[in-house]
Amino acid sequence: MSLFNVFNIAGSGVQAQSQRLNVVASNLANAESVAGPDGQPYKARHVVFQAQAVGSDAGDNQTPGVRVSQIIEDDSPLRKVYDPKHPLADEQGYVSMPNVNAVDEMVNMISASRSYQSNIEVMNTAKSLLQKTLQLGS
Amino acid sequence: MLNQLDGILSYHGDALKLRAERQRVLAANIANADTPNYKAMDFDFRQALLNATAGPTLATSGNAALATTDSRHLSTSTLGLPGVDMQYRTPNQLSIDGNSVEMDTERAHFADNAVRYEASLRFLSGQIKTLTLAIQGQ
Repeated sequence: MSLFNVFNIAGSGVQAQSQRLNVVASNLANAESVAGPDGQPYKARHVVFQAQAVGSDAGDNQTPGVRVSQIIEDDSPLRKVYDPKHPLADEQGYVSMPNVNAVDEMVNMISASRSYQSNIEVMNTAKSLLQKTLQLGS
Repeated sequence: MLNQLDGILSYHGDALKLRAERQRVLAANIANADTPNYKAMDFDFRQALLNATAGPTLATSGNAALATTDSRHLSTSTLGLPGVDMQYRTPNQLSIDGNSVEMDTERAHFADNAVRYEASLRFLSGQIKTLTLAIQGQ
């Protein structure tokens, strides 16, 4: 039944977008984290989306869902802030701050939120269509 | 008598199945709106319905086994849909990551398809009511 698969596909979309939202939250929360567990400054993370067959029609690549294939670290240079009194400042008095770009993250957040909403709407439509199908002939 | 019933109901039944299939394809497009290099897909509903209703049906062939005179014909063991020819959508504006999903187009098609699904349901429901009336005769 094709309409039941809509839930699998839209569900994978919701899951992927919420993971993206999670990564954005982590980036924004750690925008000022000068040292992580390894003593190095926090590096911004990004999700990589990949189309993948989901549900009962695995192997059917005609109508794939989506998943987060990996989370990559941003390799752009760290932000240098002059603060000689900081305990982690180097000899020149600069502190390496995370390379999180707040503007990028906000854009990512809005995009993820809109995509999430679209997928939820798809599921609602499929649900109401299925309910009407169940009432067929009554 | 049952053959005739099947003949009456099968046209809109096929239409309903194809609408559900198209709903699934459009859901996959919406779920993959942010996947790099994903290409939006769709199929020509008119052609698909012509293909689906062109073959000999249970009502006209007279026996329960389906005649397979074409490579696209189904065996009775599978529940797939015949004659669905998937095509890539030509985008109006290509995005730089190679994704050809245009959310507004997809949402419009999705809403349109949902309404047409309901229309098919109403037709089917009306036919069932007519038949019930004829059977009860009161």
